Amino acid sequence: MDKFRMMFQFLQSNQESFMNGICGIMALASAQMYSAFEFSCPCMPEYNYTYGIGLLIIPSIWFFLLGFVLNNNVSVLAEEWKRPTGKRIKDPTILRYMFCSITQRSLIAPAVWVSVTLMDGKSFLCAFSINLDIDKFGNYSLMMGMSEMEKMKLLARIPCKDLFEHHEIRVAASRYIKCISQACGWMFLLMMTFAAFLIRAIRPCFTQAAFLKTKYWSHYIDIERKMFDETCKEHAKSFAKVCIHQYFENISGEMRSFHHNRSSMDDTDKEEEDKRSDEEKLLGIRAQEDMNKVLWNWHTCKPALALRKDKMDGATNGFVKGHTPVVEKREWAVYYSKV
Amino acid sequence: MERLKLVMQYFQSNSESISNGICIILALVSVKLYTSFDFNCPCLPQYNKLYSLGVMIVPPIILFFLGVLVNRHAGVMMDEWMRPIGNRSKNPAVVKYLFSSMIQRAMLAPMVWILVTLLDGKIFICAFSVSVNPVLFSGLPNNTGLDVIKIMAKVPCKEDTIFNNSSFRKAVSRYIRCYSQAVGWSILLFLIVLGALGRLIKPCFDNHATSLQTRYWSNYLDVEQKLFDETCVLHARDFARKCVVQFFEDMREDTVLSLPHPLFITNSRMEWEDEEEERLHGVSKQEQVDQLLNKWYYSKPELDVTRIAHRPRMCVTWKNRDGKTLYSDV
Repeated sequence: MDKFRMMFQFLQSNQESFMNGICGIMALASAQMYSAFEFSCPCMPEYNYTYGIGLLIIPSIWFFLLGFVLNNNVSVLAEEWKRPTGKRIKDPTILRYMFCSITQRSLIAPAVWVSVTLMDGKSFLCAFSINLDIDKFGNYSLMMGMSEMEKMKLLARIPCKDLFEHHEIRVAASRYIKCISQACGWMFLLMMTFAAFLIRAIRPCFTQAAFLKTKYWSHYIDIERKMFDETCKEHAKSFAKVCIHQYFENISGEMRSFHHNRSSMDDTDKEEEDKRSDEEKLLGIRAQEDMNKVLWNWHTCKPALALRKDKMDGATNGFVKGHTPVVEKREWAVYYSKV
Repeated sequence: MERLKLVMQYFQSNSESISNGICIILALVSVKLYTSFDFNCPCLPQYNKLYSLGVMIVPPIILFFLGVLVNRHAGVMMDEWMRPIGNRSKNPAVVKYLFSSMIQRAMLAPMVWILVTLLDGKIFICAFSVSVNPVLFSGLPNNTGLDVIKIMAKVPCKEDTIFNNSSFRKAVSRYIRCYSQAVGWSILLFLIVLGALGRLIKPCFDNHATSLQTRYWSNYLDVEQKLFDETCVLHARDFARKCVVQFFEDMREDTVLSLPHPLFITNSRMEWEDEEEERLHGVSKQEQVDQLLNKWYYSKPELDVTRIAHRPRMCVTWKNRDGKTLYSDV
């Protein structure tokens, strides 16, 4: 249990390693699924090829799509693609970068499936046994006097152990096809590794500065979405707390203010601090329509990427005339110095 | 569990140990790949050699590319080689050192594959069974209709019944395996002698002082790149938080104007807000961030941190209304 916890902590330490972890798990799942799957060739001339090649290709497509489904960044990409421009311009290079990284990660599990299938050889044997030239394996008398159809039916039965009587020919033919299948598998692996090498090793020669920029902003978009969700959650919590406080105060309005004056400073001080911090967490949004407006504008009109420095008190609260805050501050300072 | 943690901590202590650790893991992966691979000799005279040599050569090439891919130093080396000079002069010795260390590490897993195949012997048997002179061994089956070459090509395949449990097949296999293991051990011995000689003779040719410098600066480049990425990540987080809070507050200003009574708005800053402002280092606009990232590539800063290391520190003294000092940094 401890081992799993450590591994999870390490994987969740940042988004990239989490996605790499999911990638690795899917690759292992793909290899495990192949070994658990019971391959059963139909051994009939019309269906062998479809079954063999279908088993090579359809699960890889399925794993590829599953990779897209499990990747969180897909929804981030879709959102960034479809949003209205608002105050923030859209950068197509960021979309391309995100799409490329999602695709690269999703390609690993299908590649593992294809290589394991090719190295095992059963699917090639099923698909191509009909095209064999059986004279190569000795025993020339086997197919004398047979019509074309009967020859094909005989060859189609090679992948099935119990249906084909001539043991040596079957073993020799399956060895031959398996050898070709393994050669294809190694070539496939070599091509994929070489392509990955070209992309990783040669890319810095061309667009390194632009690459740093796109990497930063795509990570930023992801983090910003998370921060927005967190802020909304905190806001909802404070909203709920203040709402409930106000409701109780409305019900027992007079009694509360009477008690408020008589109780000691220490008790209400902490409550006031809590209430004040809750009020501050509301960031000024205190009504349902305002919150709805916040959530609507977040998608239709995203803010510009330019932070302002904080303004002085007088500027923002011009219409409050500054009385209440000043009094508050003085009391705060007096209280503090008594400690 | 504790041992594993200690081992992982040791390996993560500096970038060289991380590369060594990854190198060793790749070598173990190569051994595991060989044992789980189902070697399937075709036992046909035209294809035996092709298949065997293919299995001996293609996987090492794949492992070599993988070794280069997973090595962090490859990225650092390419960055340092391709960057414009900017404020920092380029040191070709560092690039050469990074390149040679990357190549040495990437060669380990392919060599392990080749040695394991040679010591196991299956591949040699498959490739060279046709070249063995059958006269050296007794018991060659001569009642089948096949010629000698085809019979010799079937030696690697155990299931073939033409040998009929005779000792001919086993004798030929043993003979070829013996050759294969001899070649394997010789290659291993040669590599170890080469490594030992290299270690012993290198101090005679290399200036130890310059090699210390090269090692230091290559480690520095690696650490610098990692720290830059980490700082970018932290900066993005703080930027995002401020952007979101600012967005909420902007909405507030619109709504405040429409209310009948003015709200009591506090503008007091919390402690964490001050810390975050500091982490932003004053970079708070999209154009500023873009310019920062551009400059990091086109014009890397010089290696001189005197300005920030000797920045004057602010000392604070708290006094109450009567003038009594409550706290002082001085």
